Amino acid sequence: MNQENAAKFCAGCGYSVILMILNQVLAAQNVQDKAVMGLDIGCSLLGWNYLPINTFQTHHGRVVPTMLGYKRARKESTSVAVVGDGGAYAIGWQSLFYAARRDEPITVIVVNNSVYAMTGGQTAPTTVCGQKTDTHPAGSCEESFYGPEILKTIVKPGAYLARSAANDPKGIFAALEKAVQTQQAGHFSLVEILSFCPTNWKTTGKATFDYLENLKKIYKIGEV
Amino acid sequence: MQDVKKLATGHEAVVEACFDAGAKMMYGYPITPTTEVFTGWIKKGGEYLQTEDEIAAGFAVCGGVIAGQKAFTATAGPGHVLMQDALSMAEGMRLPFVAIIGQRGGPSSGTVIYSQQEVTLACFGGNGEGLRLVYSPSTIEELYFLTRVAFNSAWKYQYPTIVLTDGYLLKSRGVFVADKTIENAESYPLVKEGEKKHWRNIYTFEEELNEAVVRNKKDFDSIKKEVARSENYQTDDAEILLVAHGIVGGAAKDAINELRKKGQKIGLFRPITLRPFDNEAFDKIAMRVKKVVIVESSLGQLAQIVRAEMAPEIATPIEYIQYPALGIEAEKIVDYFL
Repeated sequence: MNQENAAKFCAGCGYSVILMILNQVLAAQNVQDKAVMGLDIGCSLLGWNYLPINTFQTHHGRVVPTMLGYKRARKESTSVAVVGDGGAYAIGWQSLFYAARRDEPITVIVVNNSVYAMTGGQTAPTTVCGQKTDTHPAGSCEESFYGPEILKTIVKPGAYLARSAANDPKGIFAALEKAVQTQQAGHFSLVEILSFCPTNWKTTGKATFDYLENLKKIYKIGEV
Repeated sequence: MQDVKKLATGHEAVVEACFDAGAKMMYGYPITPTTEVFTGWIKKGGEYLQTEDEIAAGFAVCGGVIAGQKAFTATAGPGHVLMQDALSMAEGMRLPFVAIIGQRGGPSSGTVIYSQQEVTLACFGGNGEGLRLVYSPSTIEELYFLTRVAFNSAWKYQYPTIVLTDGYLLKSRGVFVADKTIENAESYPLVKEGEKKHWRNIYTFEEELNEAVVRNKKDFDSIKKEVARSENYQTDDAEILLVAHGIVGGAAKDAINELRKKGQKIGLFRPITLRPFDNEAFDKIAMRVKKVVIVESSLGQLAQIVRAEMAPEIATPIEYIQYPALGIEAEKIVDYFL
């Protein structure tokens, strides 16, 4: 696995599994050296010294424009932006939308745990109806935010959009492999991965898995 | 190569300087008065991307320079506000980020041509300590020259670097000499292929951030002698010292010529870099004149810098000529002294 440093994610968080699989995909494609991973702010930032690949942190919502700038300057690189659902679909949505629309050849990994987790569990665009959060103590009921499905309406042929889940390592591997290949073919790719957040979901054991299974009913797994 | 004399607008001089500096990529978003820097760059065949906003333009520049590319942007006013997000990252991570800023003033959308109201924003905007290099040209020739210098300084010292101009100078047309003898600093990747760099800009402990900020400030102070620039005009026998930057510095010179004809012993200190401020050169004159008069098209943004930088033992009285958002012609300055 070549993990460089101990993970600093909460116990039960999905990030460490997702990043480990990303590293496996990059190794399998023999692009670890050419790969560079940009991290948004939020829980993603904790991945800064985790993998044996070039990694740097950016600002909240700004990892996508940073990584497309990197890619345009270094076309042979594999440019990966790792971002949470708030960074991708709220504060960074404008940049993500236009990066997809322009078919920027980068790979965006959106880790969707349905909350702002680093700040303690506030409502995110992906928060599901009835879910109680710090900013909606009585439960929010906005329409769920279907990032890949919305982007599907504006991407160019050749782009790849998919959703996977943190309890399906094979599915994540397959999706990220396709995403990296899509970038190499010169197109935009985004994989949303439904992820565990027992800390903010306030769940333990089976309840955490049940929570994820419920998310999977709302956010459909597979290529979009 | 010889120096070449040209007739050009400020925009054209900036674009030519960017090409001559070896810039390879421009990220931009249209905004008056820097739109023509963007369209001029495009017309001359420069690689570019029109982004969805100035935030994306700024962060794409960050990504480009991290990859080792001489990327830059140009913006103004409200775009300059949005640009602070990326400039702050560039300050924190020591990125060779170059921005051409055409001041249009404010608050809010301001006007579009003339102002010196973005001095504080350029020098101290963002959540940081103002560790930026800010150049303030007063003529088209200097606009060309300082744009060249800005790219070199950015890549030599790795601080965000701003050429702070305004719509008036950008839209003016004049004869200037493009100094083609300047050598370019080389660009280089800040992340090298396969080096497994782990690079953060958010720290776990306050002590770690303190160390980084103190180190960056120490570096900033150590380059001051090389970077800080200023011009003294008619200061040898001066009893009154005007302080003005940018195009107001040009008007101040005309005013001095008039006032000297009337027998006034008056001179000008013109900071060419607002950050770092050339306080040694300033103090030498400020301590021996009878008064200092700071002239600017804002309510004291230059004055704040001068007062903060002037040695505390200098007791020379300071007066202010301030016309926020207005053009300051020589007559306005002359009138003050009559």
